[in-house]
Amino acid sequence: MTSIGTGYDLSTTTYSPDGRVFQIEYAQKAIENSGTAIGVSCKDGVVMAVEKVVVSKMLVPGTMRRAHLVDHHSGVVISGLISDGRQLATRARDECSSYKSVYDSPIPGHVLAERLANFAHVYTLYAYVRPFGCAALLGAHDDINGYQLYLVEPSGVSYRYFGAAVGKGKQAAKTALEKLDFKTLTCREAVKELAKIIVDVHDETKDKLYELEMCWVCEESKNKSQLVPQDLVDEARKAAEAAQDDDSDMDDDE
Amino acid sequence: MSGLRLTEGSRGLAASVAVEGAPLTRTQVPYVTGSSVLGMKCADGVVIACDTMASYGTLARFKSLSRMHQVSPNCILGVGGDYSDFQQLQTMVDAEMTAQYVANDGLTLSPKAIHSFLARHMYHRRCKVDPLWNTVIVAGFDKGEGVLSLVDLFGTAFSSDVLATGFGLHLGLPLLRNAHRPDITVAEAKGVLEDILKVLFYRDARTNDVVQLASVTAAGVEIGKMTKLKTEWGYKSFVEGARVGDDSSW
Amino acid sequence: MERPMSASGAPEWMTAEHSMGTSIMAVAFDGGVVLGADSRTTTGTYIANRVSDKITPMTDSIFCCRSGSAADTQAISDYVRYYLDMHVVEMGTPPLVKTAARLFRELCYSNKTQLMAGMICAGWDSAKGGQVRQVFCVPIGGSLVEQPFAIGGSGSTYIYGYCDAHYKEGMTKEECQAFVKNAVALAMSRDGSSGGVIRMVTVDKDGTDRTCFGGEQVPSF
Repeated sequence: MTSIGTGYDLSTTTYSPDGRVFQIEYAQKAIENSGTAIGVSCKDGVVMAVEKVVVSKMLVPGTMRRAHLVDHHSGVVISGLISDGRQLATRARDECSSYKSVYDSPIPGHVLAERLANFAHVYTLYAYVRPFGCAALLGAHDDINGYQLYLVEPSGVSYRYFGAAVGKGKQAAKTALEKLDFKTLTCREAVKELAKIIVDVHDETKDKLYELEMCWVCEESKNKSQLVPQDLVDEARKAAEAAQDDDSDMDDDE
Repeated sequence: MSGLRLTEGSRGLAASVAVEGAPLTRTQVPYVTGSSVLGMKCADGVVIACDTMASYGTLARFKSLSRMHQVSPNCILGVGGDYSDFQQLQTMVDAEMTAQYVANDGLTLSPKAIHSFLARHMYHRRCKVDPLWNTVIVAGFDKGEGVLSLVDLFGTAFSSDVLATGFGLHLGLPLLRNAHRPDITVAEAKGVLEDILKVLFYRDARTNDVVQLASVTAAGVEIGKMTKLKTEWGYKSFVEGARVGDDSSW
Repeated sequence: MERPMSASGAPEWMTAEHSMGTSIMAVAFDGGVVLGADSRTTTGTYIANRVSDKITPMTDSIFCCRSGSAADTQAISDYVRYYLDMHVVEMGTPPLVKTAARLFRELCYSNKTQLMAGMICAGWDSAKGGQVRQVFCVPIGGSLVEQPFAIGGSGSTYIYGYCDAHYKEGMTKEECQAFVKNAVALAMSRDGSSGGVIRMVTVDKDGTDRTCFGGEQVPSF
C-alpha cells in the first residue's frame, strides 16, 4: 500500500488516517491471487464457474473442490483461500439447515447472502481474527424470488448480480460478461460462455494446469443445486480451447 | 436442534407426575396418534401399507393423513404412534439426507443405514426417558434385495420378512405369516396387505377405511393414492339381526 | 353438590388456572379465510371473562384462534408474533401463513410437556396468487396439519358432525361466514365451557373484517 498506511495495516481494529481498513484490502488481494470465479443469473437458472489452479500434477482430479452445494436449492463457488472458503460453505450449510428447521421452507437467497455477509463481517471487527481471504459466489432459487446470484465479499458486503466475477482474471471476465444478454441466455449456453471466459482469462504462462468446476441451479436440474455434469463441462472447455487456438492461429496470420 | 424452548422447567401434563418421592420423568404421552403399519418382503421388492387416520383419544381427529414418508429414491418409512413425533422424525431424516446431498460425494444412505440411523436416534431418546412415541417401519430396495426393518420407541431394531405395528401386531402378523412365501410378488402382496387392512378396519377402533399402499422395487419407490376399502356388511345374519328365540342378545 | 377444592382448601374456581374451554374454528374459501370463536374464559365453573377475544392477530393478515390455557396460549402467540416480526425484518416481505403456523408448531412441539394449548392458525398471503388454502391446525402435542377447515376447543367435539355435513368445497365468503356463525353457535349451546358472543374475522386480499354477534344475534336452533 501507500506510505500513508504505514503502521496502520496490522489490525482490522485500526483505521488508517484516511479511513481505510487495510487488512480487509489485503484480504481482497488474497482473492485477486486466486483462480477466477464467475457467475451469471440468466433466463432459466444460475450458473457459476471457477478456475481451480492445480498445484501438483500428482493431485487426484476433483480433490479440494471450490464449488460446494449448500442445500438442495443453493450452491457456492469460492475464489481465494480454499480453506477459508470451505469454512464459508460450512456456515452456509448450517444457516440453510437451521432456517429450514424453524420455518420448514428453504432459505431465500437474499437471506442466506445476508447471513453469510454478516458472518464474514464479524471477522473484520476483532483484533484476534483475520478477515476471510475468499469471496463466495452464491447461486440460489426460491419460488418467490426466482433465480438469484450473489457475491459475498470479505468486507461483509453482498450484492445481487446478473453477472459477477472475482479472482485473478476478474477485469477481463467482467468485460466479457457485460456483452452477454442475461434475459435471453439459457443455462446450457451460459455453461459454454463461462467456459469460454475462464479459458480466455486463464494465464497459461503462470498457471499451466487448472480444473474447471461448475455449479448450477436451473430448470434443467429441476431447480436443485448441482455440479454441472462433467461431460457438459468437458465439452464446453474443449470447445472454448479449440476456439482460442483458432483465434491465436488467426492472430499468427495477421 | 433443540427447538424453541420457552423455559426450562417441569410444569405440565406429563411432567407434573413429579409427585414427592416419585422419580421425575420427562416421558410424554401420545396425543394425536396413528395406528397400524404392515409390511411384507417379496421376491421383487417390499410392500408396506397403513390406513390414513390420526386419532385424538377416541376422536377420529384427521381422516386423510399420510403416515408414509419417502426418504430417498429407494427407501420409505411407514410410521405409527404420535403424529407430532412423526413430523419431527421427518424433519430430522430430511436434514440428514440434505447433509448427504450437499456432501455430493456420490455416496447415499442405504435403507439399512437409514434404519440404523433411526434406531440410534430412537434409542438415544429412550435413554433420555424422552422417547419419540413411534413405531417406524423402514422399507427399501438395495443391491437387488428388499429391506424391511422396524424401530420402536425404545430403540428396539430388527428386520423380518413380515412386520406389523400397533394393533396389527395382534391381528395382522399371524395373517402376514400365513400369506408370506419367499417367491411372493409385490403385486400379490399388495392384495394380501389390503385384505389385512380390511380386518384391521373391522376390528381396530382407531382405524379408518381409507388406506395407502406403497412399494419399493428395483424401479424405485411408488406410494399409492389413498383408496377406500370395499367392506362387507351384507351377511344374512348381520342384516337380519337378533331374533326372538336367540340364546341371548348380540 | 360438593365443589372440588384445591390443596389450599379454597374453592377451585378461585385457584384454578384460567382456561379457554372453547369453540374455535377457521374455514378457507377461495382467496381468503373466516375465523370464528366464542368469548368465554373460565376458572373452573366461574366465567372469568365473558367477552374474551380468542382470535389474536399475528400480522395484518394472519390470525390465530387460541384454546387451552389462557396463559400458555397468550405466551405462545406473543412469541410467535415476536419471531414473525423479526422474520419480516430479515425477509423484507410479509410472512407466509405457513411460516406462522410452523412457528406455532415449533413452540408447541418443543415445549409440549409444559403447555396446554391447541391452536388454529389461518390467514391470507400472496403466495401463488393468494389462492392457496391457508388454514393450519396445531393440536395439543404439536403436530401441524393443513386443512380445508379446522375446528378446535372443547366445544368442537359437539359440532364435528355438523361441520362434516355442512362444509362444502368452494364456498363463497358469505357462505363461509354463515357456516362459521352457525357452527360456533351450536358448539356454544351444548358446551358449558363455551359461550358469550361469537367473534368472527374474515381475511382476504382486500384486508380484514371483524364482526361480533351477541345476545339475540347468536343463532338459536
